[in-house]
Amino acid sequence: MYGNAYIENDGNKVNSILADEDPIKLAEFEARIAAGDKIEPKDWMPKEYRKQLVRMIEQHAHSEIIGSLPEGTWITRAPGFRRKLALMAKVQDEVGHAQLLYSAAETLGKSREDMTNDLINGKSKYSNVFNYPAPTWADSAVIAWLIDAGAIVNQLANSKGSYGPYCRALDRICAEESFHLKYGHDNVVFLATGTPVQRAMVQEALNRWWEPIMHFFGPPDKASQHSEILMRWKVKMGSNDSMRQTFLNMYVPKIWDLGLTLPDPNLRKNEETGQWEYTEPNWETFKQVINGNGPCNKERLAVRRMAEENGRWVRKALMSKTDQYVTPLA
Amino acid sequence: MIIKSLDPRIDRAALDDESKVGELSGNEHFQTYEVFQQVKRGTHHQHVGNVHAPNAEMAMLFAKEQYCRRGAAVNLWVVKTADVFVTEYQDADIFETTEDKLYRDPNSYKVMDRINAFKARTSKV
Ligand SMILES: [Fe+2]
Ligand SMILES: [Fe+2]
Repeated sequence: MYGNAYIENDGNKVNSILADEDPIKLAEFEARIAAGDKIEPKDWMPKEYRKQLVRMIEQHAHSEIIGSLPEGTWITRAPGFRRKLALMAKVQDEVGHAQLLYSAAETLGKSREDMTNDLINGKSKYSNVFNYPAPTWADSAVIAWLIDAGAIVNQLANSKGSYGPYCRALDRICAEESFHLKYGHDNVVFLATGTPVQRAMVQEALNRWWEPIMHFFGPPDKASQHSEILMRWKVKMGSNDSMRQTFLNMYVPKIWDLGLTLPDPNLRKNEETGQWEYTEPNWETFKQVINGNGPCNKERLAVRRMAEENGRWVRKALMSKTDQYVTPLA
Repeated sequence: MIIKSLDPRIDRAALDDESKVGELSGNEHFQTYEVFQQVKRGTHHQHVGNVHAPNAEMAMLFAKEQYCRRGAAVNLWVVKTADVFVTEYQDADIFETTEDKLYRDPNSYKVMDRINAFKARTSKV
């Protein structure tokens, strides 16, 4: 699971970004991408391409691993044995997604240890939605259905990008996400078609999650030369707003279909434009949360620290002094 | 400050949000192994990705969990990434003349033309 990469707007630096690059190699690189060919790890690539991809894939990996925490909390309390097994399988998938993505980022030259350190030191970002708690079972159901749905919109788009290892990881990930979506939908439907208490529980969870879901794809992009270049290089595969529209168009009708409501009186599809209209979520809140002040940021990172710390003696016992790390091949 | 969580297990761990533990050094997450999976007897093993592991046995265990959680598999290979020799993409020109070597292609042998010409020639006599 994942939100759109949080790419800082480096609008003014565009000229310097391309100025350092060999024009002939740059032209070949761009021609390759324009032809629909993939870029592989050892290929020549502009510095900015490498930098943005590392940042994006790394954020994505962190999101998978941190995203498994709010759901993991519910494994022991999921109602019934089958749901416990299914949730365990989903959480294992998410952690596996992180492994695949860390490997893809490693091919660009950043070690897994450095990525983990940047995460626990608060230097790297991850998807904002995982800084919120899952207080009820219905929250866990809403996460599995709608956050994963949002992630699928994003991951499907990114799987058509230009960097080979990232695309391959995403192909595997997308194949597993369809189980997450079905599992989440099944849980939401079960509650929404159940007793009044169950219905109320899922409605409240939906109310809690609506703003984080609207935040999920990130603030509306400012048109900039920088993002134009990233689009041309097939690093960024769609604007935040267009991904949000795709999501709303696919899932709002399904939510309404269950007789559930969403806490935005302005939410509707404009039949003339085909676009969804909505109240902009509070982007100041988004900024606050992504910069460390959300309800669970500290807990998430502390749990991640604990995992590395508690595992250390096992790793140390298994480490061999003669082993040499080399960058993974693909 | 000690973190208060909705999750009782995290509460019991009494985690300090100021703590700096957990930081990794060196190659604490081991080297990598490349993973090859065979999905069906009779087919080729195919490269599917890699895993970080301290030794081949554990690489096998992780590879099974990571790449064979669902769907078919009948066999797995793992090999240290460091032991794989690879060509460079920038040397792709070493493959360039492959397509010119038409004498390797069965379709480049057109004997019927010659046989027919021969027959036409001999039947006239
Ligand atoms: Fe997922
Ligand atoms: Fe995932």
